[in-house]
Amino acid sequence: MEKMKVLAEWSYDQAKPLRGYTGKTLKVNVGDMTFESKDVSEDMKDKFTGGRGFGLKLLWDSVKETTKWNDPENEIVISGGPLCGVTQYPGMGKFYAVFVSPLTEQTYDSNAGGHFGPLLKFAGFDAIEIQGKAKKDVVIVIDGDAKKVQILESPFDDVNAYTVTAALHEYYGDPKDINDRRFSSVLSAGKGAETTYWGCINSSFWDTHRKAPRLKQAGRGGGGSILRDKKIVAVVVKTHDLSGTANNPADIDTLTKLGAKLHKEIITLDSKQCRMRTAGTAHLNEIMNEYHLLPTHNYKFGQHPDIDNIHSSKYEKKFSQNVADGCWYGCTMACAKAVDGFVLKTGPWMGKTITVDGPEYETAAGLGSNVGVFDPEWTIETNFYADHYGIDTISVGTGIAFVCECYELGLINKKHTNGLEMKFGNKKDIMELIHRMGDGKDDFAATVGKGIHKMKDLFSEKYGASKEIMERIGMEGQGIEASEYVCKESIAQWGGYFLSLKGPQHDEAWLIFMDRVNKQLPTFEDKAEALHYFPNFRTWFSLVGLCKLPWNDIEPADNATKNTPQEAARVPEHVQNYVDIFNAVTGKKITKEDLVLQAERVYNFQRVFQLRLGKGTRKFHNIPDRALGPVWADEWEARTEYYDNELKTEGVDPAGLSSQDKCDKLQKIRRGHWEKLVDTVYKRRGWNKNGIPTVKKLKELGMDIPEVVAVVQKHSRPEDEWKD
Amino acid sequence: MITINGEKMEWKAKMTVQDIISEKRYVFPLLAVWIDGTSVARDNFGTAEVPDDASVQVIHMISGG
Ligand code: SF4
Repeated sequence: MEKMKVLAEWSYDQAKPLRGYTGKTLKVNVGDMTFESKDVSEDMKDKFTGGRGFGLKLLWDSVKETTKWNDPENEIVISGGPLCGVTQYPGMGKFYAVFVSPLTEQTYDSNAGGHFGPLLKFAGFDAIEIQGKAKKDVVIVIDGDAKKVQILESPFDDVNAYTVTAALHEYYGDPKDINDRRFSSVLSAGKGAETTYWGCINSSFWDTHRKAPRLKQAGRGGGGSILRDKKIVAVVVKTHDLSGTANNPADIDTLTKLGAKLHKEIITLDSKQCRMRTAGTAHLNEIMNEYHLLPTHNYKFGQHPDIDNIHSSKYEKKFSQNVADGCWYGCTMACAKAVDGFVLKTGPWMGKTITVDGPEYETAAGLGSNVGVFDPEWTIETNFYADHYGIDTISVGTGIAFVCECYELGLINKKHTNGLEMKFGNKKDIMELIHRMGDGKDDFAATVGKGIHKMKDLFSEKYGASKEIMERIGMEGQGIEASEYVCKESIAQWGGYFLSLKGPQHDEAWLIFMDRVNKQLPTFEDKAEALHYFPNFRTWFSLVGLCKLPWNDIEPADNATKNTPQEAARVPEHVQNYVDIFNAVTGKKITKEDLVLQAERVYNFQRVFQLRLGKGTRKFHNIPDRALGPVWADEWEARTEYYDNELKTEGVDPAGLSSQDKCDKLQKIRRGHWEKLVDTVYKRRGWNKNGIPTVKKLKELGMDIPEVVAVVQKHSRPEDEWKD
Repeated sequence: MITINGEKMEWKAKMTVQDIISEKRYVFPLLAVWIDGTSVARDNFGTAEVPDDASVQVIHMISGG
């Protein structure tokens, strides 16, 4: 690679992490080529903790209420959090990217593994804000060894992720030692991130076994599209200041002790529990199918007869085994599986032998069953190209599933798709559509890449497709595509997806088993309690830099015998570990209740942030009919007995009704349940009828910051107060 | 008759926890079981018999994500 031209440079005094924080954040503006470092105050730590909390706080200070995703003042803020970089306990290397999303037009947060989050901190910064718009393609480099930040002219004609990442690892590594490349990490997007709103942020780590870069994704929300809109090809962080104590914790012994216990638990129990170490999250494929939760044909069905073709054992055989596949040091869960020696059959790299990261469950379902394809080889290939082009595999899967249903319903045709036959299961043409997104010249691919929310308008305006039908079947909420679970049979999961802060993603609450199978949430109040606790608990992971999987995808052998059924689902021993780890790193003394309080502060702050950006009220908590129940007769007829019983339970006799009439009746009843759920959840969360946190709630949380209160007061109306 | 998570199921003599799991097709690996409020260790699912009239809870530990 040729030497890169320095466009701007800044030297800094490196702050070493102390008890999880460096106390400094970095701001890089690629528009006016300026750099700035800010102090992290104790108040900022108390109110926002770190990670996503810091991201939201810094973003709040930088944008206006009118800011759009492609305005120069929009930022991508990346922060790991105080526990990010711990190596003693599994799952502690995540960062969170926060930005105003092109899809949802409000704040979005998306997390990724890889080594970027820890290395950023060890290079001296708790967070980086990236603002402005460059005039030509640039690369940002944070060099913790030289204590310099640079904006460089990009030498890349091909901006796709694997090209850029491999070259930059080599460029910044010691030419005499290939594994010196592990001291840097690269963020990148790709050409598809330019041409769609589904751009993901790829985050790398150097795999010392494979001698190749691996890519993990902050996939959701369109962060990669912002990166490319700012003309940023890559962000590199580099430091050799890497050790098990680099986070400088208050009490290393506790970390070591807790870590050793969990490592042992994972190594002895994982093969009998979730098989994360051999199959990764793809172990869920056949399980979801069995419980009617595997999205099939745009979430019409939850099962498919071809499930055996994508059974996790098939993926297990393709994944290389006995490799330490942790996406950060110390993660014995090692679920970051990869397919090695894969020969690409299509696209610009056809014939090339590569390593593919994944597929994880979401990709196996999104770019698999949901688009009607049951062929791992095809899914692996789409997985590779989506990452390479910088496109989120979940949104592209759900988005194309929607396109296929529109096509099969005759709402769009071959003339509109520029010759593609967009039928479920048409592997060739679906693959071609993804390549066209990566190529950026096809107008239909560009329309699709705007996401389902905008596709509904564009298909209706451009092709005359029925908006009413598309509203019913498009699986999006707040502007972003749903992730890959059929939620229609769980009222609590309607909320887990569609009463979330940022749209239907499974990182707030996954309640389907608790609600529908275990029957642990019989009343609306029970569901609301779960929709209070779990989203907050899960938010906490995002504040401190953790991966969620070691919390409950492994459990202590005595979890059930030691706890009541209700408690067991929260895996109390692991929750206590997190409390102890937080205290061991920061030297503070929090309790498990404080942990939820820390999260609730940020959760409510983000809700007010959405409000400030013109969203964040009840009307944006929309849910499509497809998420509530069967829309068309064939969905009903796939489970007639089950659905007839559902109607009977609601006091309606299905006898003599056509399947379509039955669908319509059940939809009407469930819409009523949805409204009741919204009311109950809002009340439990301390929000008014319009979904706005009350000033009382903000005071209780210690988040009655004047400018936050002002936003709430501006939008609150007396008629939205609860009367009882 | 026994109940499984509140739903009725016909009781059979010598029925074990594993029989119930198989019949209900509960394929999720992280299951925890209580019979009339007493927990059954996972290693004992194949041998623990379920008495008639029992109230059985088969809890699928939350997962996903
Ligand atoms: S559990 Fe998997 S995704 Fe999470 S940190 Fe470990 S390897 Fe990465």
